Amino acid sequence: MFKLFLGLIDLAPQPMLKVETLGLRFRNPLILAAGILGLTAPILRRVVESGAGGVVTKSIGLKPRKGYPNPTVVDLGFGFLNSMGLPNPGLEKFMKELETLRDLEAPIILSIYAFSEDELVEIGRAVSGLDVISAVELNISCPHVDGISEIAKDPILVKSYVKTLKRHVDKPVIVKLSPNVSDIVRIAEAAVDGGADALTAINTVRAMSIDVEVGRPVLAGVFGGLSGPAIRPIAVRCVYEITESLDIPVFGCGGVETARDVIEFLMAGATAVQLGSAIARGGLRIFKKILKGLRSFLEEKGYNSIDDIRGLAHRR
Amino acid sequence: MDRNVNFRRIVKLVRVVEENPRVKTFWFRDALCSKAKPGQFVMVWIIGVDEIPLSLSTIGDICSITVAKVGDATETMHKLKPGDSVGVRGPYGNGFKIVKGRVAVVAGGVGLATLLPLLERLKECGCRTEAFLGFRSKHDIFQLAKVERAVKPDGAVMVATDDGSIGFKGLVSELFEKHLRKSRPSYDVVYTCGPPAMIRRVYELCETWGLKIQASLEAYMKCGIGICGSCCIGPYRVCRDGPVFSASQLRKMPELGLYKRGPDGAKLPI
Repeated sequence: MFKLFLGLIDLAPQPMLKVETLGLRFRNPLILAAGILGLTAPILRRVVESGAGGVVTKSIGLKPRKGYPNPTVVDLGFGFLNSMGLPNPGLEKFMKELETLRDLEAPIILSIYAFSEDELVEIGRAVSGLDVISAVELNISCPHVDGISEIAKDPILVKSYVKTLKRHVDKPVIVKLSPNVSDIVRIAEAAVDGGADALTAINTVRAMSIDVEVGRPVLAGVFGGLSGPAIRPIAVRCVYEITESLDIPVFGCGGVETARDVIEFLMAGATAVQLGSAIARGGLRIFKKILKGLRSFLEEKGYNSIDDIRGLAHRR
Repeated sequence: MDRNVNFRRIVKLVRVVEENPRVKTFWFRDALCSKAKPGQFVMVWIIGVDEIPLSLSTIGDICSITVAKVGDATETMHKLKPGDSVGVRGPYGNGFKIVKGRVAVVAGGVGLATLLPLLERLKECGCRTEAFLGFRSKHDIFQLAKVERAVKPDGAVMVATDDGSIGFKGLVSELFEKHLRKSRPSYDVVYTCGPPAMIRRVYELCETWGLKIQASLEAYMKCGIGICGSCCIGPYRVCRDGPVFSASQLRKMPELGLYKRGPDGAKLPI
Protein backbone atom coordinates (compact mmCIF):
# COMPACT_ATOMS: atom_id res chain seq x y z
CA MET A 1 0.00 0.00 0.00
CA PHE A 2 2.77 2.36 0.99
CA LYS A 3 4.63 1.48 -2.18
CA LEU A 4 1.53 2.08 -4.29
CA PHE A 5 1.12 5.50 -2.70
CA LEU A 6 4.70 6.41 -3.50
CA GLY A 7 4.12 5.25 -7.05
CA LEU A 8 1.23 7.69 -7.39
CA ILE A 9 3.34 10.57 -6.11
CA ASP A 10 5.98 9.75 -8.71
CA LEU A 11 3.52 10.12 -11.55
CA ALA A 12 1.55 13.08 -10.21
CA PRO A 13 1.98 16.27 -12.26
CA GLN A 14 5.33 17.82 -11.41
CA PRO A 15 5.39 21.42 -12.61
CA MET A 16 9.13 21.67 -11.91
CA LEU A 17 9.86 18.83 -14.35
CA LYS A 18 7.49 19.57 -17.21
CA VAL A 19 8.76 20.39 -20.67
CA GLU A 20 6.81 22.38 -23.26
CA THR A 21 8.26 22.30 -26.73
CA LEU A 22 7.05 21.89 -30.31
CA GLY A 23 3.58 22.78 -29.05
CA LEU A 24 3.62 19.56 -27.00
CA ARG A 25 3.52 18.98 -23.26
CA PHE A 26 5.83 16.40 -21.75
CA ARG A 27 5.17 15.83 -18.03
CA ASN A 28 8.91 15.29 -17.53
CA PRO A 29 12.09 15.40 -19.65
CA LEU A 30 12.63 11.61 -19.88
CA ILE A 31 11.74 10.29 -23.31
CA LEU A 32 12.18 6.71 -24.45
CA ALA A 33 14.76 6.74 -27.26
CA ALA A 34 14.07 5.32 -30.71
CA GLY A 35 14.86 1.65 -31.20
CA ILE A 36 14.31 0.71 -27.58
CA LEU A 37 11.28 -1.52 -26.94
CA GLY A 38 8.92 0.57 -29.10
CA LEU A 39 7.85 -2.20 -31.45
CA THR A 40 4.44 -2.99 -29.90
CA ALA A 41 1.67 -0.91 -28.31
CA PRO A 42 1.35 -2.71 -24.94
CA ILE A 43 5.04 -2.27 -24.08
CA LEU A 44 4.96 1.42 -25.10
CA ARG A 45 2.01 1.85 -22.73
CA ARG A 46 3.99 0.14 -19.97
CA VAL A 47 6.97 2.46 -20.56
CA VAL A 48 4.67 5.46 -20.08
CA GLU A 49 3.12 3.86 -16.98
CA SER A 50 6.67 3.40 -15.72
CA GLY A 51 7.15 7.16 -15.79
CA ALA A 52 8.43 8.21 -19.22
CA GLY A 53 7.42 11.73 -20.22
CA GLY A 54 7.25 10.72 -23.87
CA VAL A 55 8.14 7.86 -26.17
CA VAL A 56 9.86 7.53 -29.52
CA THR A 57 8.87 4.39 -31.41
CA LYS A 58 11.14 1.97 -33.22
CA SER A 59 12.17 3.37 -36.56
CA ILE A 60 9.43 2.52 -39.03
CA GLY A 61 9.79 2.33 -42.81
CA LEU A 62 7.35 1.96 -45.64
CA LYS A 63 7.89 -1.79 -45.92
CA PRO A 64 8.40 -4.49 -43.26
CA ARG A 65 12.03 -5.36 -42.41
CA LYS A 66 13.23 -8.39 -40.52
CA GLY A 67 16.49 -6.78 -39.47
CA TYR A 68 19.78 -8.65 -39.23
CA PRO A 69 20.30 -12.13 -37.82
CA ASN A 70 21.69 -12.43 -34.30
CA PRO A 71 23.97 -11.57 -32.58
CA THR A 72 22.54 -8.08 -32.80
CA VAL A 73 23.49 -6.78 -29.34
CA VAL A 74 26.77 -6.90 -27.42
CA ASP A 75 27.25 -5.66 -23.87
CA LEU A 76 30.77 -4.28 -23.59
CA GLY A 77 30.41 -3.27 -19.95
CA PHE A 78 31.00 0.42 -20.67
CA GLY A 79 28.33 0.50 -23.37
CA PHE A 80 26.24 -1.53 -25.77
CA LEU A 81 26.92 -2.28 -29.37
CA ASN A 82 23.92 -3.04 -31.55
CA SER A 83 23.23 -3.88 -35.12
CA MET A 84 19.51 -4.56 -35.25
CA GLY A 85 19.12 -3.60 -38.90
CA LEU A 86 15.92 -1.56 -38.45
CA PRO A 87 13.46 -4.41 -37.85
CA ASN A 88 9.87 -3.18 -38.10
CA PRO A 89 6.49 -4.36 -39.40
CA GLY A 90 6.14 -1.49 -41.90
CA LEU A 91 4.12 1.69 -41.56
CA GLU A 92 0.66 0.27 -42.29
CA LYS A 93 0.77 -2.48 -39.66
CA PHE A 94 2.48 -0.27 -37.12
CA MET A 95 -0.19 2.41 -37.42
CA LYS A 96 -2.80 -0.20 -36.44
CA GLU A 97 -0.64 -0.98 -33.42
CA LEU A 98 -0.49 2.69 -32.39
CA GLU A 99 -4.24 3.19 -32.79
CA THR A 100 -4.72 1.51 -29.41
CA LEU A 101 -2.64 4.20 -27.68
CA ARG A 102 -4.95 7.22 -28.10
CA ASP A 103 -5.40 7.60 -24.36
CA LEU A 104 -1.68 7.63 -23.55
CA GLU A 105 -0.62 10.37 -21.15
CA ALA A 106 2.57 11.14 -23.02
CA PRO A 107 3.31 12.30 -26.55
CA ILE A 108 4.19 9.58 -29.04
CA ILE A 109 6.95 10.47 -31.46
CA LEU A 110 7.05 8.24 -34.53
CA SER A 111 10.59 7.47 -35.65
CA ILE A 112 10.76 7.00 -39.41
CA TYR A 113 13.39 6.17 -41.98
CA ALA A 114 13.29 6.23 -45.76
CA PHE A 115 15.65 5.00 -48.45
CA SER A 116 14.55 7.76 -50.83
CA GLU A 117 12.73 11.07 -50.78
CA ASP A 118 9.85 9.42 -52.65
CA GLU A 119 9.43 7.03 -49.72
CA LEU A 120 9.58 9.98 -47.37
CA VAL A 121 6.74 11.70 -49.23
CA GLU A 122 4.62 8.57 -48.95
CA ILE A 123 5.31 8.20 -45.23
CA GLY A 124 4.71 11.89 -44.55
CA ARG A 125 1.33 11.77 -46.28
CA ALA A 126 0.34 8.53 -44.55
CA VAL A 127 0.97 9.84 -41.04
CA SER A 128 -0.56 13.29 -41.63
CA GLY A 129 -3.91 13.56 -39.90
CA LEU A 130 -3.16 10.71 -37.49
CA ASP A 131 -3.47 12.51 -34.18
CA VAL A 132 -2.15 9.57 -32.14
CA ILE A 133 1.27 10.71 -33.37
CA SER A 134 2.48 14.00 -31.88
CA ALA A 135 5.67 14.41 -33.92
CA VAL A 136 7.96 12.49 -36.23
CA GLU A 137 11.65 11.88 -35.68
CA LEU A 138 13.54 11.42 -38.92
CA ASN A 139 16.22 8.76 -38.57
CA ILE A 140 18.94 9.67 -41.04
CA SER A 141 21.68 8.30 -38.88
CA CYS A 142 21.28 4.56 -38.18
CA PRO A 143 24.98 3.64 -38.41
CA HIS A 144 24.55 0.07 -39.61
CA VAL A 145 22.08 0.22 -42.49
CA ASP A 146 23.44 1.17 -45.91
CA GLY A 147 21.32 3.82 -47.53
CA ILE A 148 20.43 5.46 -44.21
CA SER A 149 23.74 6.09 -42.47
CA GLU A 150 25.05 8.13 -45.42
CA ILE A 151 22.27 10.72 -45.30
CA ALA A 152 23.37 12.29 -42.01
CA LYS A 153 26.90 12.86 -43.37
CA ASP A 154 25.87 15.03 -46.31
CA PRO A 155 24.47 18.50 -45.51
CA ILE A 156 22.90 18.86 -48.95
CA LEU A 157 21.06 15.55 -48.58
CA VAL A 158 20.01 16.37 -45.02
CA LYS A 159 18.50 19.69 -46.05
CA SER A 160 16.74 18.12 -48.99
CA TYR A 161 15.30 15.20 -46.97
CA VAL A 162 14.05 17.46 -44.20
CA LYS A 163 12.53 19.92 -46.66
CA THR A 164 10.70 17.12 -48.47
CA LEU A 165 9.33 15.66 -45.25
CA LYS A 166 8.28 19.05 -43.91
CA ARG A 167 6.37 19.72 -47.09
CA HIS A 168 4.34 16.51 -46.79
CA VAL A 169 3.70 16.08 -43.09
CA ASP A 170 1.49 18.08 -40.75
CA LYS A 171 3.54 17.39 -37.61
CA PRO A 172 6.67 18.77 -35.99
CA VAL A 173 9.78 17.17 -37.49
CA ILE A 174 12.68 16.20 -35.25
CA VAL A 175 15.88 15.22 -37.05
CA LYS A 176 18.12 12.66 -35.35
CA LEU A 177 21.74 13.46 -36.04
CA SER A 178 24.74 11.21 -36.29
CA PRO A 179 27.96 11.72 -34.33
CA ASN A 180 29.81 9.99 -37.16
CA VAL A 181 30.55 13.26 -38.93
CA SER A 182 33.44 15.72 -38.83
CA ASP A 183 31.28 18.73 -37.96
CA ILE A 184 27.87 18.07 -36.42
CA VAL A 185 27.00 21.78 -36.29
CA ARG A 186 27.20 21.99 -40.07
CA ILE A 187 24.74 19.09 -40.36
CA ALA A 188 22.49 20.63 -37.70
CA GLU A 189 22.44 23.89 -39.70
CA ALA A 190 21.46 21.96 -42.82
CA ALA A 191 18.55 20.35 -40.94
CA VAL A 192 17.44 23.77 -39.67
CA ASP A 193 17.70 25.17 -43.20
CA GLY A 194 15.45 22.34 -44.36
CA GLY A 195 12.88 23.36 -41.79
CA ALA A 196 13.55 21.00 -38.87
CA ASP A 197 11.54 21.89 -35.77
CA ALA A 198 13.95 20.15 -33.39
CA LEU A 199 17.01 17.92 -33.36
CA THR A 200 18.02 14.80 -31.49
CA ALA A 201 21.71 14.43 -30.73
CA ILE A 202 23.01 11.81 -31.01
CA ASN A 203 22.40 8.48 -32.68
CA THR A 204 24.86 5.67 -31.85
CA VAL A 205 28.54 5.84 -32.69
CA ARG A 206 29.58 3.49 -35.50
CA ALA A 207 31.70 0.78 -33.96
CA MET A 208 32.57 -2.91 -34.00
CA SER A 209 33.69 -5.68 -31.69
CA ILE A 210 35.70 -8.81 -32.49
CA ASP A 211 35.51 -11.98 -30.44
CA VAL A 212 39.19 -12.82 -30.01
CA GLU A 213 38.47 -16.45 -29.09
CA VAL A 214 37.00 -17.16 -32.50
CA GLY A 215 38.56 -14.31 -34.51
CA ARG A 216 35.29 -13.00 -35.93
CA PRO A 217 33.21 -9.84 -35.62
CA VAL A 218 30.58 -10.58 -32.96
CA LEU A 219 27.73 -8.76 -34.68
CA ALA A 220 26.19 -10.64 -37.59
CA GLY A 221 25.95 -7.23 -39.28
CA VAL A 222 29.70 -6.70 -38.58
CA PHE A 223 29.31 -2.97 -37.85
CA GLY A 224 27.00 -1.58 -35.21
CA GLY A 225 26.27 1.45 -33.14
CA LEU A 226 27.71 2.11 -29.70
CA SER A 227 25.34 3.40 -27.05
CA GLY A 228 25.41 3.69 -23.27
CA PRO A 229 27.70 5.50 -20.84
CA ALA A 230 30.72 5.29 -23.17
CA ILE A 231 29.21 7.80 -25.58
CA ARG A 232 27.71 10.26 -23.09
CA PRO A 233 30.61 12.75 -23.21
CA ILE A 234 30.41 12.74 -27.01
CA ALA A 235 26.65 13.35 -26.90
CA VAL A 236 27.00 16.14 -24.32
CA ARG A 237 29.65 17.79 -26.49
CA CYS A 238 27.39 17.59 -29.56
CA VAL A 239 24.40 19.09 -27.70
CA TYR A 240 26.61 21.88 -26.36
CA GLU A 241 28.12 22.65 -29.78
CA ILE A 242 24.73 22.73 -31.51
CA THR A 243 22.98 24.88 -28.89
CA GLU A 244 25.98 27.21 -28.79
CA SER A 245 25.38 28.25 -32.39
CA LEU A 246 21.76 27.41 -33.19
CA ASP A 247 18.48 28.36 -31.54
CA ILE A 248 16.51 25.12 -31.89
CA PRO A 249 15.21 22.58 -29.35
CA VAL A 250 17.62 19.67 -28.99
CA PHE A 251 16.83 16.31 -27.42
CA GLY A 252 20.00 15.03 -25.75
CA CYS A 253 20.53 11.33 -26.28
CA GLY A 254 23.41 9.04 -25.37
CA GLY A 255 24.25 7.22 -22.15
CA VAL A 256 21.66 8.74 -19.82
CA GLU A 257 21.55 6.50 -16.73
CA THR A 258 21.11 8.79 -13.72
CA ALA A 259 19.53 12.09 -12.72
CA ARG A 260 22.97 13.72 -12.87
CA ASP A 261 23.32 12.60 -16.50
CA VAL A 262 19.99 14.26 -17.32
CA ILE A 263 21.11 17.44 -15.57
CA GLU A 264 24.36 17.39 -17.51
CA PHE A 265 22.46 17.28 -20.83
CA LEU A 266 20.07 20.03 -19.70
CA MET A 267 22.98 22.24 -18.64
CA ALA A 268 24.59 21.58 -22.03
CA GLY A 269 21.45 23.07 -23.57
CA ALA A 270 19.17 20.10 -24.18
CA THR A 271 15.42 20.73 -24.03
CA ALA A 272 14.82 17.16 -22.81
CA VAL A 273 16.65 13.84 -22.98
CA GLN A 274 16.10 10.46 -24.56
CA LEU A 275 17.26 7.25 -22.96
CA GLY A 276 17.18 3.53 -23.65
CA SER A 277 20.26 1.41 -23.04
CA ALA A 278 20.00 2.17 -19.32
CA ILE A 279 16.90 -0.04 -19.20
CA ALA A 280 19.15 -3.08 -19.77
CA ARG A 281 20.68 -2.69 -16.32
CA GLY A 282 18.20 -0.50 -14.46
CA GLY A 283 14.97 -2.01 -15.80
CA LEU A 284 11.85 0.06 -16.34
CA ARG A 285 12.09 1.25 -12.73
CA ILE A 286 14.82 3.59 -13.93
CA PHE A 287 12.36 6.29 -15.04
CA LYS A 288 10.92 6.82 -11.55
CA LYS A 289 14.35 6.55 -9.99
CA ILE A 290 15.75 9.30 -12.23
CA LEU A 291 12.68 11.51 -11.68
CA LYS A 292 13.16 11.24 -7.93
CA GLY A 293 16.83 12.18 -8.32
CA LEU A 294 15.92 15.15 -10.51
CA ARG A 295 13.48 16.52 -7.93
CA SER A 296 16.02 16.10 -5.13
CA PHE A 297 18.70 17.88 -7.14
CA LEU A 298 16.48 20.85 -8.02
CA GLU A 299 15.22 21.18 -4.43
CA GLU A 300 18.69 20.86 -2.91
CA LYS A 301 20.14 23.52 -5.20
CA GLY A 302 17.14 25.82 -4.90
CA TYR A 303 16.04 25.70 -8.54
CA ASN A 304 12.34 26.18 -9.23
CA SER A 305 12.25 24.04 -12.36
CA ILE A 306 14.43 22.40 -14.97
CA ASP A 307 14.02 25.57 -17.03
CA ASP A 308 16.42 27.22 -14.54
CA ILE A 309 19.29 24.91 -15.41
CA ARG A 310 18.81 24.56 -19.14
CA GLY A 311 21.89 25.81 -20.99
CA LEU A 312 23.57 26.86 -17.74
CA ALA A 313 26.96 25.59 -18.87
CA HIS A 314 27.05 28.08 -21.73
CA ARG A 315 27.72 30.94 -19.28
CA ARG A 316 31.05 32.58 -19.85
CA MET B 1 32.39 -9.77 -7.80
CA ASP B 2 30.32 -11.83 -10.20
CA ARG B 3 31.14 -11.50 -13.84
CA ASN B 4 28.66 -9.65 -16.01
CA VAL B 5 26.34 -12.40 -17.32
CA ASN B 6 26.00 -10.42 -20.57
CA PHE B 7 29.63 -11.06 -21.47
CA ARG B 8 29.81 -13.85 -24.01
CA ARG B 9 31.83 -16.97 -23.15
CA ILE B 10 33.08 -19.37 -25.78
CA VAL B 11 32.51 -22.89 -24.43
CA LYS B 12 33.56 -26.27 -25.79
CA LEU B 13 30.94 -28.95 -26.15
CA VAL B 14 32.04 -31.90 -24.01
CA ARG B 15 29.23 -34.28 -24.97
CA VAL B 16 26.46 -34.45 -27.57
CA VAL B 17 23.57 -36.87 -27.00
CA GLU B 18 20.87 -37.73 -29.51
CA GLU B 19 17.61 -37.82 -27.53
CA ASN B 20 15.48 -38.71 -30.54
CA PRO B 21 15.77 -38.11 -34.30
CA ARG B 22 14.74 -34.45 -33.86
CA VAL B 23 16.29 -33.57 -30.51
CA LYS B 24 19.88 -33.43 -29.26
CA THR B 25 21.39 -32.42 -25.94
CA PHE B 26 24.68 -30.49 -25.85
CA TRP B 27 26.83 -30.50 -22.70
CA PHE B 28 29.31 -27.79 -21.71
CA ARG B 29 31.03 -26.27 -18.68
CA ASP B 30 30.29 -22.68 -17.66
CA ALA B 31 30.56 -21.31 -14.12
CA LEU B 32 27.70 -18.84 -14.46
CA CYS B 33 25.33 -21.44 -15.94
CA SER B 34 26.20 -23.81 -13.09
CA LYS B 35 24.63 -21.25 -10.73
CA ALA B 36 21.47 -20.77 -12.81
CA LYS B 37 17.94 -21.26 -11.51
CA PRO B 38 15.59 -23.83 -13.08
CA GLY B 39 13.71 -22.16 -15.94
CA GLN B 40 16.47 -19.69 -16.83
CA PHE B 41 17.84 -19.58 -20.35
CA VAL B 42 21.02 -18.70 -22.23
CA MET B 43 21.61 -16.94 -25.53
CA VAL B 44 23.60 -19.45 -27.57
CA TRP B 45 25.79 -18.16 -30.40
CA ILE B 46 26.04 -20.73 -33.14
CA ILE B 47 29.15 -19.09 -34.48
CA GLY B 48 28.71 -17.50 -37.89
CA VAL B 49 25.03 -18.49 -38.13
CA ASP B 50 22.77 -17.05 -35.45
CA GLU B 51 22.22 -16.58 -31.74
CA ILE B 52 19.15 -18.18 -30.16
CA PRO B 53 17.58 -18.43 -26.70
CA LEU B 54 17.69 -21.93 -25.17
CA SER B 55 16.65 -23.05 -21.70
CA LEU B 56 19.17 -24.94 -19.62
CA SER B 57 18.08 -28.58 -19.53
CA THR B 58 20.69 -29.50 -16.90
CA ILE B 59 22.14 -27.22 -14.24
CA GLY B 60 25.17 -28.63 -12.44
CA ASP B 61 28.95 -28.86 -12.71
CA ILE B 62 28.27 -29.64 -16.34
CA CYS B 63 25.29 -27.92 -17.92
CA SER B 64 23.25 -28.78 -20.96
CA ILE B 65 20.89 -27.34 -23.52
CA THR B 66 18.42 -29.48 -25.45
CA VAL B 67 17.60 -28.45 -28.98
CA ALA B 68 14.95 -29.54 -31.48
CA LYS B 69 15.68 -29.16 -35.18
CA VAL B 70 13.32 -26.36 -36.21
CA GLY B 71 15.27 -23.94 -38.41
CA ASP B 72 18.64 -22.94 -39.88
CA ALA B 73 20.29 -22.24 -36.54
CA THR B 74 19.16 -25.46 -34.92
CA GLU B 75 19.97 -27.50 -38.07
CA THR B 76 23.55 -26.18 -37.86
CA MET B 77 23.61 -26.78 -34.12
CA HIS B 78 22.71 -30.43 -34.71
CA LYS B 79 25.84 -30.83 -36.83
CA LEU B 80 28.12 -29.79 -33.95
CA LYS B 81 30.28 -32.45 -32.32
CA PRO B 82 32.15 -32.76 -29.03
CA GLY B 83 35.12 -30.38 -29.15
CA ASP B 84 33.23 -27.81 -31.24
CA SER B 85 32.53 -24.44 -29.65
CA VAL B 86 29.51 -22.22 -29.15
CA GLY B 87 29.15 -18.85 -27.44
CA VAL B 88 26.89 -18.45 -24.42
CA ARG B 89 25.68 -15.43 -22.47
CA GLY B 90 23.33 -15.43 -19.54
CA PRO B 91 21.76 -17.12 -17.67
CA TYR B 92 18.80 -14.84 -18.22
CA GLY B 93 15.22 -14.52 -17.04
CA ASN B 94 13.43 -15.08 -13.77
CA GLY B 95 13.20 -18.88 -13.65
CA PHE B 96 10.58 -20.87 -11.77
CA LYS B 97 9.62 -20.13 -8.17
CA ILE B 98 9.74 -23.30 -6.13
CA VAL B 99 6.45 -24.10 -4.41
CA LYS B 100 6.63 -26.92 -1.90
CA GLY B 101 3.71 -29.32 -1.81
CA ARG B 102 1.67 -31.13 -4.39
CA VAL B 103 2.55 -29.95 -7.89
CA ALA B 104 1.72 -30.76 -11.49
CA VAL B 105 4.20 -30.42 -14.34
CA VAL B 106 2.70 -30.27 -17.83
CA ALA B 107 5.19 -30.52 -20.70
CA GLY B 108 4.67 -30.38 -24.45
CA GLY B 109 7.37 -31.81 -26.72
CA VAL B 110 10.84 -30.32 -26.30
CA GLY B 111 9.34 -27.96 -23.69
CA LEU B 112 10.13 -30.80 -21.30
CA ALA B 113 13.80 -29.78 -21.49
CA THR B 114 13.03 -26.50 -19.70
CA LEU B 115 11.22 -28.40 -16.94
CA LEU B 116 13.95 -31.02 -16.27
CA PRO B 117 16.04 -28.91 -13.81
CA LEU B 118 12.77 -27.91 -12.11
CA LEU B 119 11.75 -31.56 -11.67
CA GLU B 120 15.10 -32.27 -9.99
CA ARG B 121 14.67 -29.30 -7.67
CA LEU B 122 11.10 -30.34 -6.79
CA LYS B 123 12.43 -33.77 -5.83
CA GLU B 124 15.08 -32.19 -3.59
CA CYS B 125 12.34 -30.15 -1.92
CA GLY B 126 10.23 -33.25 -1.26
CA CYS B 127 7.34 -32.20 -3.49
CA ARG B 128 4.73 -34.68 -4.60
CA THR B 129 4.95 -34.24 -8.36
CA GLU B 130 2.62 -35.47 -11.07
CA ALA B 131 4.12 -35.06 -14.53
CA PHE B 132 2.03 -34.94 -17.71
CA LEU B 133 4.16 -35.30 -20.82
CA GLY B 134 2.94 -34.81 -24.38
CA PHE B 135 4.75 -35.96 -27.52
CA ARG B 136 3.85 -36.46 -31.18
CA SER B 137 4.53 -40.19 -30.95
CA LYS B 138 6.48 -42.71 -28.92
CA HIS B 139 9.55 -41.97 -31.12
CA ASP B 140 9.66 -38.41 -29.79
CA ILE B 141 9.86 -39.34 -26.13
CA PHE B 142 13.06 -38.31 -24.37
CA GLN B 143 14.39 -38.24 -20.81
CA LEU B 144 11.41 -40.27 -19.56
CA ALA B 145 13.57 -42.23 -17.10
CA LYS B 146 14.85 -38.96 -15.61
CA VAL B 147 11.30 -37.71 -15.10
CA GLU B 148 10.27 -41.04 -13.54
CA ARG B 149 13.19 -40.82 -11.10
CA ALA B 150 12.32 -37.22 -10.23
CA VAL B 151 8.71 -37.93 -9.28
CA LYS B 152 9.51 -40.92 -7.03
CA PRO B 153 8.41 -42.08 -4.53
CA ASP B 154 4.85 -40.76 -4.38
CA GLY B 155 4.34 -38.96 -7.69
CA ALA B 156 3.40 -40.23 -11.13
CA VAL B 157 4.19 -39.76 -14.81
CA MET B 158 1.46 -39.77 -17.45
CA VAL B 159 2.23 -39.68 -21.17
CA ALA B 160 0.06 -38.52 -24.06
CA THR B 161 0.91 -38.93 -27.74
CA ASP B 162 -0.85 -37.33 -30.70
CA ASP B 163 -0.95 -40.67 -32.55
CA GLY B 164 -1.67 -42.82 -29.51
CA SER B 165 1.45 -44.90 -30.09
CA ILE B 166 1.95 -44.90 -26.34
CA GLY B 167 -0.14 -43.74 -23.39
CA PHE B 168 -3.16 -41.46 -23.81
CA LYS B 169 -4.11 -40.69 -27.43
CA GLY B 170 -4.49 -36.93 -27.80
CA LEU B 171 -3.07 -33.68 -26.52
CA VAL B 172 -1.36 -33.47 -23.16
CA SER B 173 -3.77 -30.66 -22.21
CA GLU B 174 -6.64 -33.10 -22.80
CA LEU B 175 -4.92 -35.70 -20.63
CA PHE B 176 -4.43 -33.09 -17.93
CA GLU B 177 -8.08 -32.02 -18.14
CA LYS B 178 -9.25 -35.62 -17.92
CA HIS B 179 -7.14 -36.08 -14.81
CA LEU B 180 -8.53 -32.89 -13.24
CA ARG B 181 -12.11 -34.02 -13.87
CA LYS B 182 -11.50 -37.52 -12.54
CA SER B 183 -9.36 -36.92 -9.46
CA ARG B 184 -10.01 -33.24 -8.68
CA PRO B 185 -6.46 -32.92 -7.32
CA SER B 186 -5.63 -29.84 -5.24
CA TYR B 187 -2.28 -28.85 -6.77
CA ASP B 188 -0.41 -26.05 -5.04
CA VAL B 189 0.93 -25.02 -8.44
CA VAL B 190 0.95 -26.15 -12.05
CA TYR B 191 4.23 -25.69 -13.95
CA THR B 192 4.10 -25.79 -17.71
CA CYS B 193 6.22 -25.36 -20.83
CA GLY B 194 5.51 -26.27 -24.42
CA PRO B 195 3.91 -24.90 -27.59
CA PRO B 196 1.99 -21.62 -27.01
CA ALA B 197 -1.39 -23.15 -27.90
CA MET B 198 -0.84 -25.89 -25.32
CA ILE B 199 0.16 -23.36 -22.68
CA ARG B 200 -2.95 -21.33 -23.42
CA ARG B 201 -5.13 -24.42 -22.89
CA VAL B 202 -3.35 -25.39 -19.65
CA TYR B 203 -3.71 -21.79 -18.43
CA GLU B 204 -7.46 -21.84 -19.20
CA LEU B 205 -7.80 -25.12 -17.28
CA CYS B 206 -5.96 -23.61 -14.31
CA GLU B 207 -8.27 -20.58 -14.36
CA THR B 208 -11.33 -22.86 -14.47
CA TRP B 209 -10.09 -25.08 -11.67
CA GLY B 210 -8.68 -22.28 -9.54
CA LEU B 211 -5.10 -23.51 -9.75
CA LYS B 212 -1.96 -21.37 -9.60
CA ILE B 213 0.22 -21.56 -12.69
CA GLN B 214 3.81 -20.83 -13.66
CA ALA B 215 4.17 -20.98 -17.44
CA SER B 216 7.47 -20.70 -19.30
CA LEU B 217 6.87 -18.93 -22.63
CA GLU B 218 8.90 -18.70 -25.81
CA ALA B 219 9.24 -15.82 -28.25
CA TYR B 220 11.45 -14.64 -31.07
CA MET B 221 14.31 -12.92 -29.29
CA LYS B 222 17.19 -10.61 -30.21
CA CYS B 223 18.87 -8.82 -27.31
CA GLY B 224 17.91 -11.04 -24.35
CA ILE B 225 18.47 -8.11 -21.98
CA GLY B 226 15.16 -6.29 -22.11
CA ILE B 227 15.79 -3.42 -24.51
CA CYS B 228 15.00 -4.41 -28.10
CA GLY B 229 11.31 -5.27 -27.70
CA SER B 230 11.38 -8.28 -30.05
CA CYS B 231 10.02 -10.77 -27.51
CA CYS B 232 7.13 -8.77 -26.08
CA ILE B 233 3.87 -10.58 -25.32
CA GLY B 234 1.28 -8.15 -24.01
CA PRO B 235 3.09 -5.62 -21.81
CA TYR B 236 5.82 -8.10 -20.89
CA ARG B 237 9.28 -8.88 -22.24
CA VAL B 238 9.75 -12.65 -22.26
CA CYS B 239 13.53 -12.23 -21.85
CA ARG B 240 13.46 -9.93 -18.85
CA ASP B 241 10.03 -10.12 -17.19
CA GLY B 242 9.81 -13.86 -17.95
CA PRO B 243 10.24 -16.37 -19.36
CA VAL B 244 8.11 -17.71 -16.47
CA PHE B 245 4.77 -15.96 -15.99
CA SER B 246 1.96 -16.20 -13.43
CA ALA B 247 -1.79 -16.24 -14.08
CA SER B 248 -2.13 -12.51 -13.34
CA GLN B 249 0.46 -11.81 -16.06
CA LEU B 250 -0.99 -14.34 -18.53
CA ARG B 251 -4.35 -12.56 -18.19
CA LYS B 252 -2.71 -9.50 -19.78
CA MET B 253 -1.63 -11.53 -22.82
CA PRO B 254 -4.81 -11.91 -24.90
CA GLU B 255 -2.69 -13.03 -27.87
CA LEU B 256 -1.14 -16.00 -26.04
CA GLY B 257 -1.36 -19.10 -28.20
CA LEU B 258 -3.25 -17.26 -30.95
CA TYR B 259 -0.51 -15.28 -32.63
CA LYS B 260 3.18 -14.59 -32.19
CA ARG B 261 5.49 -11.84 -33.38
CA GLY B 262 8.02 -12.39 -36.15
CA PRO B 263 11.46 -10.80 -36.46
CA ASP B 264 9.83 -7.67 -37.96
CA GLY B 265 7.42 -7.37 -35.03
CA ALA B 266 4.38 -8.20 -37.16
CA LYS B 267 1.69 -10.53 -35.83
CA LEU B 268 1.76 -14.07 -37.19
CA PRO B 269 -1.13 -16.45 -36.57
CA ILE B 270 -0.07 -19.64 -34.79
